[in-house]
Amino acid sequence: MRAGPRLSRRTFLTAGVAAGAGLAIGFCPGGDTLAAAAPSTEPFAPNPWIRITPDNVVTIIVDKSDMGQGVLTSMPMLIAEELEADWSAIRVEQAPAGPEYVNPVTKRQVTGGSRSVRNSWELFRKAGAAAREMLVEAAAGEWGVPPEECRAENSTIVHLPTGRRLTYGQLTDRAARLPVPQNPPLKSPKDFKLIGKRLARLETPPKVDGSAVYGLDVKTPGALVAVVARCPVFGGTPRTVDPTRAKAVSGVRHVVAIDSGVAVVADAFWPAKLGRDALDIVWDEGPTAAVSSESIARAFEAAGAQPGVVARDEGDVLAALGGAARTLEAVYTVPYEAHATMEPMNCTAWVRADGCDLWVGTQAQGFNQQTAAKLTGLAPESVKVHTTLLGGGFGRRFEQDFVAEAVQISKAVGAPVKLVWTREDDMQHDFYRPTTWNRLTAGLDPSGALVAWTHRLVGHSIAARALPAIVKNGLDPSSIEGAYNIPYTIPNVRVDWVQKETGVPVGFWRSVGSSQNAFVTECFLDEVAAASGRDPYELRRTLLTKAPRHAAVLELAATRAGWGAPLPRGRGRGIAVHESFGSVVAEVAEVAVEDGRVRVDRVVCVVECGTVVNPDTVEAQMEGAIVYGLTATLKSEITIAGGRVVQSNFHDFPLLRIDEAPRVEVYVLPSAEPPGGVGEPGTPPIAPAVANAIFAATGTRIRKLPIGPADLRG
Amino acid sequence: MAALQIRVNRAEHAVDVSSDTPLLWVLRDTLGLTGTKYGCGVALCGACTVHLDGEPVRSCVTPVGAIGAKHVTTIEGLSPDSSHPVQKAWVAEEVAQCGYCQSGQIMSAAALLAKTGAPSDADIDAAMAGNLCRCGTYQRIRRAIHRAAARAGGGR
Ligand code: FES
Ligand code: FES
Repeated sequence: MRAGPRLSRRTFLTAGVAAGAGLAIGFCPGGDTLAAAAPSTEPFAPNPWIRITPDNVVTIIVDKSDMGQGVLTSMPMLIAEELEADWSAIRVEQAPAGPEYVNPVTKRQVTGGSRSVRNSWELFRKAGAAAREMLVEAAAGEWGVPPEECRAENSTIVHLPTGRRLTYGQLTDRAARLPVPQNPPLKSPKDFKLIGKRLARLETPPKVDGSAVYGLDVKTPGALVAVVARCPVFGGTPRTVDPTRAKAVSGVRHVVAIDSGVAVVADAFWPAKLGRDALDIVWDEGPTAAVSSESIARAFEAAGAQPGVVARDEGDVLAALGGAARTLEAVYTVPYEAHATMEPMNCTAWVRADGCDLWVGTQAQGFNQQTAAKLTGLAPESVKVHTTLLGGGFGRRFEQDFVAEAVQISKAVGAPVKLVWTREDDMQHDFYRPTTWNRLTAGLDPSGALVAWTHRLVGHSIAARALPAIVKNGLDPSSIEGAYNIPYTIPNVRVDWVQKETGVPVGFWRSVGSSQNAFVTECFLDEVAAASGRDPYELRRTLLTKAPRHAAVLELAATRAGWGAPLPRGRGRGIAVHESFGSVVAEVAEVAVEDGRVRVDRVVCVVECGTVVNPDTVEAQMEGAIVYGLTATLKSEITIAGGRVVQSNFHDFPLLRIDEAPRVEVYVLPSAEPPGGVGEPGTPPIAPAVANAIFAATGTRIRKLPIGPADLRG
Repeated sequence: MAALQIRVNRAEHAVDVSSDTPLLWVLRDTLGLTGTKYGCGVALCGACTVHLDGEPVRSCVTPVGAIGAKHVTTIEGLSPDSSHPVQKAWVAEEVAQCGYCQSGQIMSAAALLAKTGAPSDADIDAAMAGNLCRCGTYQRIRRAIHRAAARAGGGR
């Protein structure tokens, strides 16, 4: 008989952080009482993601970071499925940084682009299958029987003719001596036991009892706490610094200059913050001090008069527009947005002569290693990255600024240092979702059919700074995604892009270019529908004949939402469909407009994201992505005055609240294709769905975000 | 500075900090109780919610010197084994995404249910509107509160 596994509380997530181990979650091994064969002594670790120990614990090492998207459960599911591991006794660990964890598809160790499951779908299943084959062969060797007579199930190998069993733990020594098969057979999807199941997330229990460890919660013995004063104007530098008042704060130990500003280092956060606030600094604000939201808008509009780099040119748009019976033109703009993760940026660094440790909630362990190596002169392999849980990521924790600061401060004071950003620091020193300016034109033939579409985008390039390798032929795909590849069949299409930088730093923000471009293109298509007297849903359907995935999600969304059923005055439905990160999502929003205020009551969301690993996670990601998008649609923007960010905390950058959150219904279309992304694709359609619903309710066209009372007056 | 006596999770602590230090940082930095989170520092997000004699308060704007003999309960002290109906409902509904806001959400929800056995959606809106969640878990928070109310025998 086998004793049941016992859930271990409050152990793994906190254990060993200071000692150098990374985050780990999971279950204690059960007291396994199977008759012992030759007991194993060594762990079996056939690849970087699997370690099986003689106590029959299967540890799966995940090289992606958890920021709420469930990778600490979904990624282990891929391995456990093929490994035939006992799911109730799985242990999960966070991988360190290292070349063995560089993803073969992206060539980087990062978490982003909704790519975790997508880019490890083959890799992880093969890793599990290879280990399974080796364990089968080890057992067959132990018993002197053909491997075909053996089967793997629940972390044991069974000899079918005799019913004999050996646990994986009993086989580790023997399995470790076997060669690793390069192309092990993978299971047929019909035999999946875990993939596709609504499994409870392993990382949930520590998130309800306070024991989950985020970057801010790391306890490193002897660590000091640092808070940094940065020039409020982007690119500014200190001219004079008087640390006298800061040093007078009880508990303040050091005031040190670093590249980004001046750090106050103290025994704890509160004195560090008081000390930082007491610094007397005169800033040299530099040229960006002249930049404002108004100056940016004027510069973008002027830049829009010039042709850009062509992203798509099909047919002859000029001739088609010239011959059109009717043309439409509109300008759409979207503002900067902050990531505003609930956990502000932070990093604990400990720089020593012989090495460096980082404890950090990060989306980019590989880049963290390089950042610290460059600043310390250490070899990258001497930099250990201990990944904690992330209190939100959304692209912000891909950046290196907070890691660089922590490394510089620790190096300067010769002690472990926890760098903490206040909310104000986080809001005013983000890499923002870029602002864009867009002019679109459409040509309709005498029957009202859409024959020409042009779209000129003016905006930043994120990749030029953050990921130059992806810029091709002068085009940053992250700026134009979702605009150049609209799914509709239109004979003449031209999309071009003008890059314009402003001194305001920009970065990847949940769904990146699609976050703006879905709004722009799906709202303008709604204008085409209105101009040609067509129903917005029916028009999309007729234009999606070559895009069956889009058509499928669109149709189900319309059906579930009761598209076309009459609504009371002041209410409306809007629809939008968008593909991003390998998945297609359609959303129908139902809104009420009263007294200059919009209330989103209901959102129907249909997603087709290929094979689903954990349906509950897909639903949760759609629900969350919609709320994330609604804040940018209805509530908040980042504006610039005097070269600095105007907003500073949640009073002037308010997030959607529970009393404003709509009822969200998520439907997942079945598919046998490999998995698509799920973290981001739910965000793009919500802004256009809401804006189109406002038009349906009021006849007012929304061409800029966020939607405020003035925009509703028409 | 003289040590202050505070009562946290049924234990007495002497803390050597100035009396205007926010309770949040005494809990986190002095006592090592890091389950209570920092989100905004100015009572705008709810991540730092703890109970003071059962009442939900924002510990980021509560000076430690102001609490006197009142009992502080943090997420770590809500139950010894995650058995509080709200914690159980949070697991059952898989509420947490990143999880960072959830200590505060759970403390606000527990305080609501202590007063209102079977809260309506409007009660939930009123009690929970000060707890932000950037991951957007609101729908599941609502469901979990209703579930916890039902399990705890609400609606008497
Ligand atoms: S940290 Fe206290 S309310 Fe936000
Ligand atoms: S779960 Fe991430 S902020 Fe609420």
